Amino acid sequence: MIAILKYNAGNTTSVKNAVERLGYPCVVSDDPEIIKSAEKVIFPGVGEASTAMAYIKEHQLDTLILSLKQPVLGICLGLQLLCKHSKENDTTCIGIFDAKVKRFPNNLIVPHMGWNVLEVKDSPLLKGISAADDVYFVHSYYAEVSQDTKAICNYGIDFSAAMQKNNFYATQFHPEKSAGVGERILKNFLEI
Amino acid sequence: MLKKRIIPCLDIANGRTVKGVNFLDIRDAGDPIELAKRYVEEGADELVFLDITATLEKRKTLVELVTQIASAINIPFTVGGGINSLEDAKAVILAGADKVSINSAAIKNPQLITDISNYFGNQCVVLAMDVKNTNGNWKVFSHGGKIPTDLDAVEWALEAERRGAGEILLTSMNNDGTKNGFAIEITNTISEVVNIPVIASGGAGTMAHFKEVFQKTKAGAALAASIFHFGEIPIPQLKTYLQTQKIPVRCL
Repeated sequence: MIAILKYNAGNTTSVKNAVERLGYPCVVSDDPEIIKSAEKVIFPGVGEASTAMAYIKEHQLDTLILSLKQPVLGICLGLQLLCKHSKENDTTCIGIFDAKVKRFPNNLIVPHMGWNVLEVKDSPLLKGISAADDVYFVHSYYAEVSQDTKAICNYGIDFSAAMQKNNFYATQFHPEKSAGVGERILKNFLEI
Repeated sequence: MLKKRIIPCLDIANGRTVKGVNFLDIRDAGDPIELAKRYVEEGADELVFLDITATLEKRKTLVELVTQIASAINIPFTVGGGINSLEDAKAVILAGADKVSINSAAIKNPQLITDISNYFGNQCVVLAMDVKNTNGNWKVFSHGGKIPTDLDAVEWALEAERRGAGEILLTSMNNDGTKNGFAIEITNTISEVVNIPVIASGGAGTMAHFKEVFQKTKAGAALAASIFHFGEIPIPQLKTYLQTQKIPVRCL
């Protein structure tokens, strides 16, 4: 069973649809027992960092996430919340990835919205993805490039489009909204 | 590099597409799901569904449709035409829409932009504006272009951005339906003054019109309806053309 973590910043419908289209049963839940026993956990996120983190701490989901040993996939805000700190309302995040989250500079059109390409490093998550493949982004904040970066995207500056540390994987783009390319990436994750 | 987006727009009434389509291999041209899937296969970058149903049962039908669309396609889509309150926006977004587009409701109550933006983030809020040039002034019209307002197009765009819109869908009524090209001047002005993405809409008739709007303005996307529905400009052909013209687009 694939578990999608339910919390106040998760628009989980699209992620659930995408996982189900690939033929995997999945459940949207915030029950620690269900999350812990799931084969894989997806940590989606749309919204604002400090509100999301306040909810996560209040419900001790940060401790739960840190305790997970199975593959975990953070998406969009999920990636940012797995970093150390976000400048969005000066928020201390969960801290799996040793990276800071910053806002795109004002000389750019923000949000970074639309299809962009990846410079892929070796990662099971991005198996078969090349520099010619576009994925869909929509975000105003980005994680800086760090040792955990597995794909770089450029929008005025280089940022982390995908990250991995141990069993924690994350994408800044939305695989569930990235047509066939996104489907391949989700499938890669589900097959890890 | 961030690609320029090509966005087909589908008009919906009572859960069915209302403008004619002539894809020969589509069995039911009135089925929005089938048409949406076809556009995804062709390489559309996003879709916009504009609900023009005029009944009280509107929201229920729309939410059912959005649920079906969300489970059928894997690219972002925007829903507009029926969003008059935060509750409407919640219903549609929680059913799986990525963004809502608001137009007359935002003119009547600009706070709606802020309310939806605060709840879901500004990336979910598309401010749609129908503008018309009369005597050299670009003014905003409401109710599908039927009712003039005192709002100046540029000022309204800036106010919408300040209130939390994440994107502007700019339709020129002077150009819409003419097939003579997008309104370059106003699209350029607005895309220069705001710091959020602008979708150009109204007037697309040839592939060169898309090239022109992307070369002469900072628009991040271009939207059209009939030229795609009637197969006059197939999306793959348009993308290939734009690529040869050095416009960055996503090609499958």
